[in-house]
Amino acid sequence: MEKGVAYDNDMNLKATELRLGLPGTDESQKEYSSFVKSNKRSSEEMDSSCNEEECAPAPKALVVGWPPVRSYRKNVLQQQQKKSDSDVSGMYVKVSMDGAPYLRKIDIKVYKNYPDLLIALENMFKCSMGVYSEREGYNGSEYAPTYEDKDGDWMLVGDVPWDMFVTSCKRLRIMKGSEAKGLGCQ
Amino acid sequence: MDPKLKKTKDSSSNSANSPDSTHSSFPFPDEVLERVLSLLHSHKDRSSVSLVCKDWYNAERWTRTKLFIGNCYSVSPEIVARRFPRIKSVTLKGKPRFSDFNLVPQYWGADVHSWLVMFAKVYPFLEELRLKRMTLSDESLKFLATSFPGFKALSLLSCDGFSTDGLKAIATHCKNLTELDIQENGIDDFGGGWLSCFSENCSSLEVLNFASLSSDVSFDALEKLVRRCKSLRILKVNKSISLDQLQQLLVQAPQLIELGTGSFQQELTPRQYEDLETAFSKCKNLQTLSGLWEATSLHLPVLYAACASLTFLNLSYATLRSDELAKLVAHSPNLRRLWVLDTVEDKGLETVGSSCPLLEELRVYPADPFELDLHHGVTEAGFLAVSHGCRKLHYVLYFCRQMTNAAVATIVQNCPDFTHFRLCIMNPGEPDYLTNEPMDEAFGAVVKTCTNLQRLAVSGLLTDLTFEYIGRYAKNLETLSVAFAGSSDRGMQCVLQGCPKLRKLEIRDSPFGNAALLSGVEKYETMRSLWMSACNVTMSACRLLAKDMPRLNVEVMRDEGSDDRQADKVYVYRSVAGPRRDAPPFVLTL
Repeated sequence: MEKGVAYDNDMNLKATELRLGLPGTDESQKEYSSFVKSNKRSSEEMDSSCNEEECAPAPKALVVGWPPVRSYRKNVLQQQQKKSDSDVSGMYVKVSMDGAPYLRKIDIKVYKNYPDLLIALENMFKCSMGVYSEREGYNGSEYAPTYEDKDGDWMLVGDVPWDMFVTSCKRLRIMKGSEAKGLGCQ
Repeated sequence: MDPKLKKTKDSSSNSANSPDSTHSSFPFPDEVLERVLSLLHSHKDRSSVSLVCKDWYNAERWTRTKLFIGNCYSVSPEIVARRFPRIKSVTLKGKPRFSDFNLVPQYWGADVHSWLVMFAKVYPFLEELRLKRMTLSDESLKFLATSFPGFKALSLLSCDGFSTDGLKAIATHCKNLTELDIQENGIDDFGGGWLSCFSENCSSLEVLNFASLSSDVSFDALEKLVRRCKSLRILKVNKSISLDQLQQLLVQAPQLIELGTGSFQQELTPRQYEDLETAFSKCKNLQTLSGLWEATSLHLPVLYAACASLTFLNLSYATLRSDELAKLVAHSPNLRRLWVLDTVEDKGLETVGSSCPLLEELRVYPADPFELDLHHGVTEAGFLAVSHGCRKLHYVLYFCRQMTNAAVATIVQNCPDFTHFRLCIMNPGEPDYLTNEPMDEAFGAVVKTCTNLQRLAVSGLLTDLTFEYIGRYAKNLETLSVAFAGSSDRGMQCVLQGCPKLRKLEIRDSPFGNAALLSGVEKYETMRSLWMSACNVTMSACRLLAKDMPRLNVEVMRDEGSDDRQADKVYVYRSVAGPRRDAPPFVLTL
């Protein structure tokens, strides 16, 4: 089971040493149940440590039944974690601008509200989009931000509450102001 | 109820009591005594009453209608049937508490069926059954549903062995059902069809809690049920119920006192949002709110109007941020009990400290218990902040990754009235993160200051000193939970010798051995039970204990591949029923 980690020129044998944990972590990191003579580990941990070696994330659930959280609660939270794992990794959407030769990608989870997002877009594309108004949209501006939602429709950025926008936005398109006039801003 | 029909008097029991009586030796006739005793409800009081004399013992047993059995194996159905002729309500608890954390194998026992068979014979008018950590099959549920015509209330908490098919039987046959409360059980969910089994004539429900079941139920059936049951005061639905469905239910039941919502995430039209807000504002009697799965700041504001009357807010399944919690608690000044996830972080807890001066109970659960990263969750700062603002705090359950002795000392100075102090520092053997010392002084402060302490759970790096403190100061302690703690037998000995009111002691992964186990030989009969797992106890010591104390059941379970001499899991409990006859092969009764 010698999987090569990065080969050092000076035959760093420590790097090929078999142990649990990420490469480069200190060997003296705390061991669970170090003072209990029989190191009971849950079987799931035994399997993963043999197969994934140093590249696995730090082993979870080292000890059966610890921390003392009831199975029902654990299962419910694990399901929620799976759902929101996409949250953790960011919500990257493509951004296109009319006339620009290539697209960009931004993580909309990074922004807390519309003004933040618009300023970022204006900086990224060196354009001006002005201020949103419910009646006029971005009328008067050179460009207007639009987005494709979950249903595949093209919407004007700013109409729905921010949280709803974040979960329904699939991609962004910065439209020329003249074209955006037709987008329901009556 | 005609008192004369009930029993034959044993005259010898009277003559012993008073030497100079010509009629009944006791000043009160039975009828009066029984009248008085029937007003007693606390089972502890009733226990005391039954010990006064034979007359009182008899009067008590005839007037007891509620049975509470904290350990189903401490007594047998036959013994209970002989003693109590008139039981209407039974509460039974089964497995040791550590079974909640997978430390007890499946098929261990605590099956309710033999009890049900006895109940059907002796208590045909049984109305209520409340089970905790028991095993019951669908057959048992069917038997229950069809054997007791007056059956009213079923409550199942942390039970296993049954499925939604069993619930179908209950819904179908129990015509006078007032309560169906299914919480956090390990059951097979074969679909929500059980809810549709309630007959269209059923209008007696007062409590319906199916929050922990996962399948969809027929919303139509649920809505009609809620509409018919005008006395419904507790309704806790499951995740399959959406927000707009919830609104429709609330409109039918504005009288609710406790509400558990379904999923709190849905794209609502402004009209729907408004309707939901209105529905909540009409719930003037709401005291408890729970559920709130997937709640976000988008929809939480609909709750604000209902928050003013809330005394218990259970957010332990909602991954809220600190700002989201802040707004909620700002609207809830009357909160007495609050359960949250540690996603609210210290900042969220600070707002609790400043918004909820009446708070008595706080529970902070870990959103990701196996996450080793220190940058998530709550720390000592959050706990401190709550203790500053909520001086009435007396119950806490706190999961965290770091703590200091100084913080705990300050916390109990602020809140000296703790009755339940359950601190779980999630990394086993974690010292005070600032001083690197053991957490002994923290728990020392707790037991010295909180003289009313009934329940304590310790964690972190602990030496025998913690247990010396506990033995010396925790004179009202009834329940103690220990994990990865202590240095030698002396620790456990201090507790066994020092805590006069100790009833339940559960220990895991601690260096206590035979000397410690045997030092409690005389203590265990005064306790409900002792659990020791992954400690240093051997089979020979367990055998010795079993031999010396015939009224204790000493049960051992061994782990796979471990030494024959090791007693990996030991469960000791007092019993008048003798060793249990239903023990599976992996449970060795000594």
